[in-house]
Amino acid sequence: MAAPPVTRSDTSFRTQAIVFAIMAVALAAAPAAIYPVFLMKAMCFALFACAFNLLIGYVGLLSFGHAAFFGMASYVAAHAAKVWGLPPELAILAGTAAAGGIGAVFGAIAIRRQGIYFAMITLALSQMVYFFCLQAPFTGGEDGIQAVPLGNMFGVLDLKDTTTLYAVVLAIFLGGFLFIYRVIHSPFGQVLKAIRENEPRAISLGYSVDRYKLIAFVLSSSLAGLAGATKALVVQLASLTDVHWSMSGEVVLMTLLGGLGTVFGPVVGAVVIIAMQNYLAQLGSWLTIAQGVIFVVCVLAFRRGIVGELGRLMGKRL
Amino acid sequence: MFELLGIPPQALFGQLLIGLINGSFYALLSLGLTVIFGLLNIINFCHGALYMMGAFVAWLALQHFGLGYWAALFIAPVVVGAFGIVLERTMLRRLYKLDHLYGLLLTFGIALIVEGVFRNEFGASGLPYVIPDSLTGARNLGFMVLPNYRAWVIALSLFVCLATWYVIERTKLGAYLRAATENPTLVQAFGINVPRMITLTYGFGVGLAALAGVLAAPIYQVSPLMGSNLIIVVFAVVVIGGMGSIMGSIVTGFLLGLIEGLTKVFYPEASATVIFVILALVLLWRPQGLFGRRS
Repeated sequence: MAAPPVTRSDTSFRTQAIVFAIMAVALAAAPAAIYPVFLMKAMCFALFACAFNLLIGYVGLLSFGHAAFFGMASYVAAHAAKVWGLPPELAILAGTAAAGGIGAVFGAIAIRRQGIYFAMITLALSQMVYFFCLQAPFTGGEDGIQAVPLGNMFGVLDLKDTTTLYAVVLAIFLGGFLFIYRVIHSPFGQVLKAIRENEPRAISLGYSVDRYKLIAFVLSSSLAGLAGATKALVVQLASLTDVHWSMSGEVVLMTLLGGLGTVFGPVVGAVVIIAMQNYLAQLGSWLTIAQGVIFVVCVLAFRRGIVGELGRLMGKRL
Repeated sequence: MFELLGIPPQALFGQLLIGLINGSFYALLSLGLTVIFGLLNIINFCHGALYMMGAFVAWLALQHFGLGYWAALFIAPVVVGAFGIVLERTMLRRLYKLDHLYGLLLTFGIALIVEGVFRNEFGASGLPYVIPDSLTGARNLGFMVLPNYRAWVIALSLFVCLATWYVIERTKLGAYLRAATENPTLVQAFGINVPRMITLTYGFGVGLAALAGVLAAPIYQVSPLMGSNLIIVVFAVVVIGGMGSIMGSIVTGFLLGLIEGLTKVFYPEASATVIFVILALVLLWRPQGLFGRRS
């Protein structure tokens, strides 16, 4: 799906650097005013949405199965920390690696088709992961894996201290964000965009399009896994919700609302949606309806998303 | 009685029957998706929600207006079809010039709204819908007992599927439809009202989903969530079949229902995932699907 064009400006990089600095400072200062667990959850979902955006925004592939990577990594990290007794950094690494591994298999299958077929295939494959998690003994079925222990990261950082945990999650989020930024602005990222704009032409220029797509898919699924594994430690819980298809729908919604193919859009979208879920939880099933309405409004009238519209008003890429 | 690989025949035929029933729903739903996709080029994500809506229209008609099953078989597709036509006229129509993925996202949002509204109104638990008197009971076929209602479901869905196939592949109206699928601009130039055809096609496709919902109401309970898990399986069916042909989607639907039923007999643990495994294998072997055309 091609992102709506925004006029290119030389000052875009500077603007993006400034916005990034503001975001980093704001997130570092925010726990003083806002409940830190909420912020950490929002950052995990923001990273998840950024990882998803890497595929939809820059390769034009709509994955409707990203919950599989997010949820599976969450289970693996929780299991590694609780049952195997691994330290947090290795638990997160294990979760990320598991997501990347599944991503490699799913990616190899799904990139054989494009467009809506790609979306349906990723959805179906992720449903397979959901049923696996429902039946496999290590996931704890309906209960999930509860009370995931928070150990010492690298042997020195005690994650039971909320401030330390917050700093670690902030570092993971900003690190993941910068990594994605670097990827989409590298020559590799330029080729991805070329594939998005005109795949036959990219092929005729000699690029092995499938390999680029697969690498992008594995990167995206690994980063979604990193987000899921971190989330398992933050809320100390891995459950079926994380791997259900409605989670895949949520990450699509976050990215669409923030702005497909924008750098900061997924972050904004994730914060808005998580805030809605957090502060409007008493609405119950009205929340689902509200999310549906946001989908419809975004698609019909607001396809650039929040950040995309802001960027258009400012004449800059955000 | 004989036994096959240690499976008693009653169990085998019982599961095959359930497989055929599921296959009927897969076929009706994937047929609707295929017809809609052919002309509108969108994948109708709210198909499952509209199937659920069909079942609810039948339930509400019985509860509030005393209209029974036979009336519901006509009312539900018409009501849901009309709802679909409104959706197409007011929303989907604006997306035809855009990337097809926006159609998927929009219909996903509509599915969330429809399911949310029904869940709000009726809760998440299932509501019973009784089998009409004339279809209760069962007949003994010698090797198994066949409940009349289940036989009716299979027969009616097979009939509707084949009738749809006949209309699309063998009549003049169907020829217009197929032509518009290939090249809408040219067909419009010949004086055919293509936008109206698109609207009616969408209404017909979701009407099929509603019909499946009415058929399903007495078998499964009527519940707001009945469509959302089914639709993912139907998507897999559609990808396996390839959305290239009408007959392909019918055959694939019934076939996968049967395979699922057989899996329940021989390896129950895999029965929820077998269709997705088949999807992966088919994509590796024939990416365009069993009946699909190479793009």
